[in-house]
Amino acid sequence: MNAPSTQPPGKLRGATVINEIKKAGVGYILSVPDLHTSTGLLRPLSVDPDFKHIRVCKEDECLGIAAGLTYGNIRSLMLVQYTGFLYAMNAIRGVAIEQKLPICMMIGMLGKEPGVPPQESRRFGLRIIEPILDVLGIQRTCIETDADAPRISAAIDEAWRTSRPTAILIGGRPEA
Amino acid sequence: MMDRKKALELLAARITDEIVVSTYSTATDWISIIERPLNYFSSGAMGLASSHGLGLALARPERRIIVLDGDGSLLMNLPTLVTIGRVAPRNFTHLVFRNGTYEANGGHPIPNPDVDFEGHARAAHIGKAFTVDTLDAFRDRLDYILHEEGPVFGCVNVEQGVIGPRSYKDMYKAERRAALREALGA
Repeated sequence: MNAPSTQPPGKLRGATVINEIKKAGVGYILSVPDLHTSTGLLRPLSVDPDFKHIRVCKEDECLGIAAGLTYGNIRSLMLVQYTGFLYAMNAIRGVAIEQKLPICMMIGMLGKEPGVPPQESRRFGLRIIEPILDVLGIQRTCIETDADAPRISAAIDEAWRTSRPTAILIGGRPEA
Repeated sequence: MMDRKKALELLAARITDEIVVSTYSTATDWISIIERPLNYFSSGAMGLASSHGLGLALARPERRIIVLDGDGSLLMNLPTLVTIGRVAPRNFTHLVFRNGTYEANGGHPIPNPDVDFEGHARAAHIGKAFTVDTLDAFRDRLDYILHEEGPVFGCVNVEQGVIGPRSYKDMYKAERRAALREALGA
């Protein structure tokens, strides 16, 4: 598991994240809006012609769609808030983990304090995300600044190489 | 109302290279009728059969995707209709076999057996939606189910099947998913 960068908190630019997603060969973005990634990430992704974008109604839909897309070897990225990750837990368990599928989840950590590791956040909902991922056995990395961004394509490539799900926590708020 | 298995037998007799996504009681009936690598069993989370099907439809545009859903299952993922209506895959047919119960979970009634699934589909902008009540009506719809440009939605009113424990162990085997990938060259 990769630790996020700590001191000092630098910037995370949405363009940097998007370049990494492209580098990983992602074709589909499956999203439920998240205020944390709304302006810097979701808006530009939604109009980028390099991606097909599906807005779903609730997060567990992403798991089924992403699973189906693997039968065409099409890489997708699920972009949701941490609350949506928690909501979709059973589908993550049953589809991504038990079927050993390379389902890539980018999880916005809304409300996380800049530069503070998720497990040290003042917010309970944020503190529990990494321990839950560990219990599930899902590889995780936390992206706080541009310096962390190369881990994004690496995580997606590794998920596909090993046919296992991966979680990319967006700790810093991406700037437009 | 019709016997679900008899309806599925009619469909199975017409199937060629379509990918058929099924779930729970409909899946156990389907697999007892027709074994083929192009069967995809929605497992892991109830309600997601149509979401799996949507992903397959986008991944394999050269194939027709036919989802055999249940009414209890669809109710667990009703917003899927909105997503499908927006994405509008042309190679996609979604059939919900409606018996008014959670047959796989003891036969308890769904929250409102009078729910209008066709109406829900139409409201989600899936305009090619229908309801059939008899085996003859289902037979008459088979060409539409198999060939009409999608998305197509059909509510098939069926009698409740056998209530009781059904084994899903065989249909959920990883070997089946591998066989589908091999058949698709994926």
